[in-house]
Amino acid sequence: MTRATSRTLLGFAALAVVVFALPAFVNDFRAQQFAYVGIYLIALTGLNILTGYTGQISLGHGAFMAIGGYTTAILMNDHGVKDILTIPVAIIVCGIAGLLFGLPAARLSGLYLALATFAIAVSIGAVIKKFDGFTGGGSGINLFGIPTLTASLTPLHILGFELNFNNWLYYLSWSVALLGYVIAWLILRGRTGRAFRAVRDSETAAVSFGVGLSSTKVLAFGISAAYAGAAGALFAIATTYVNPDTFPVALSIFLLVGVVVAGLGSLTGLIAGAIFIQFLPLWAQNVSKSPGAPAVVYGAILILVVLALPGGVSGLIARIARQVRRASVFPKP
Amino acid sequence: MGAFFQQVVSGLASGGIYGSLALALVLIHRATGVINFAQGEMATFSTYILWTLTTNHGVSYWPAFAITLALSFLGGVGIHRAVIRPVERSSQIRVVIITIGLLLLLNGLMTWIWTGQVKQVSSPFPGGTVEAAGVVISWQDIGTIVVSVVTVAVLWAVFRFTKVGLALRAAAVNPAEARLVGVRVSWMLGLGWGLAAVLGAIAGSLAAPTLFLDPNMMQAVLIYAFAAAVLGGIDSPVGAVVGGLMLGVGLNLLGTYVDFVGADLRLPAALLVILVVLLVRPAGLFGKPQVKKV
Repeated sequence: MTRATSRTLLGFAALAVVVFALPAFVNDFRAQQFAYVGIYLIALTGLNILTGYTGQISLGHGAFMAIGGYTTAILMNDHGVKDILTIPVAIIVCGIAGLLFGLPAARLSGLYLALATFAIAVSIGAVIKKFDGFTGGGSGINLFGIPTLTASLTPLHILGFELNFNNWLYYLSWSVALLGYVIAWLILRGRTGRAFRAVRDSETAAVSFGVGLSSTKVLAFGISAAYAGAAGALFAIATTYVNPDTFPVALSIFLLVGVVVAGLGSLTGLIAGAIFIQFLPLWAQNVSKSPGAPAVVYGAILILVVLALPGGVSGLIARIARQVRRASVFPKP
Repeated sequence: MGAFFQQVVSGLASGGIYGSLALALVLIHRATGVINFAQGEMATFSTYILWTLTTNHGVSYWPAFAITLALSFLGGVGIHRAVIRPVERSSQIRVVIITIGLLLLLNGLMTWIWTGQVKQVSSPFPGGTVEAAGVVISWQDIGTIVVSVVTVAVLWAVFRFTKVGLALRAAAVNPAEARLVGVRVSWMLGLGWGLAAVLGAIAGSLAAPTLFLDPNMMQAVLIYAFAAAVLGGIDSPVGAVVGGLMLGVGLNLLGTYVDFVGADLRLPAALLVILVVLLVRPAGLFGKPQVKKV
């Protein structure tokens, strides 16, 4: 095991301990907010695999979350499936949707891909409303009234501990998030991850080394969408309600903002990106009570990060770590 | 048949608006090589300026319109100088992300300054309709079509016959050589952003009386403009306008005669146009196919 690997594992273990212990120190409401941070972390991990590592921009990840959310909602509401069991189904459905979208999208380069994915984010709401027999149309699907399938009303008993809904939601979403984090790390450090980065850095070089361009891009789309599916399913369980406005265009854009702030092509800063998406609207309320304030702050920070801090939070952490290491190798006299 | 032509004419009017915004996208794409996701928000912002001038300051329509265009031009150049120029030479993804930041920023600012409430923008055209060969056309539609066509003609003339137009084209086609012969490339690109902002202001002002003004007014229009620009060829100004008109008429007919599409699925239909054109003929109808040297 190299030193870098052991350092990564150590960092991850520390993170897992913090995540496990956090609910004991915060109130119920905060636990719910941190559950959403976990959900965003899942979506951001997936988006970073696609945009950060493979270089394929997506402005439509909210649409994949919508597919995952609706898969969960329809399975629970129409078929009486228990909430946790719908998550794997949502992952598979979204993975397939991602592969199918990836087939044509793999032929599109940068700008055009941004356009096509943006158009999907904008039009998914209209499609959901159109097939109202299946999706409940504009009024959506309510999951709150199904206590047998979710823990929303009665506290849950696991291994002698009593978990209320918010804590249960917290542990559920963070379990999925940390598992997804490890899987992403394993995928990205191996052969597949090298193929992804090769496609991002130079398509010509990638092809000459025998990397199949379109199959690699399609695979990245599939994996990335599967993550979005898990996030969407958990989002539906957390809000106990889905309608077309649950997954607006803004969600897709915020996910991109989150991944840029976290740092494209690195897993280190992703939690910062997820915290940013969840808590920035609340902080922005301190700037102004206007409903426009969060968007102004999001936009300004996004522009500033791209202009002044291209590596995002990950880049910042790496820079600080380098400084610290240099300082310890050459101690000041 | 009367109903058919009725739909064609009203399709032309909305097509003129799509075409103007598509032309703005094409201008910026030719100048800077990126797609400006904030184009719709820039247009709406300009329209808010027009609304403020006419409603709060009592300026009559056409002077207010002229002031709006001038301010929009300055705004477009300013945006280019402030946030686009620093990242122009780096990757496209970064420029696209900056324009998305602008989209959020401008949208939030509009809600902040003018609240999200829907505003009524007055129309410069008389309210009635004219009837010709059994087709009823409102003056609003006629005005929209005329203004769009005149705008495009003026812009074409500027690009074709003036020295500035030549410099603009040179800066877009070959920045390095343009710089060698004394074209101030960076300012030309800024000028392109300014002109695009003016086009957006025109499109926004034309659309406002029928769409009503709120911060998200141009969001759907922007998607149609994307589809129009892609359909006509993202590098072709003529293509953008023709694409806009075709899309306006086509979507109107589709919405009227195909029950399944109706009014709800027009946006997804435009998405389908984007995808199909990009896959079948990426250069669009009027664009030159690009050959990439590897």
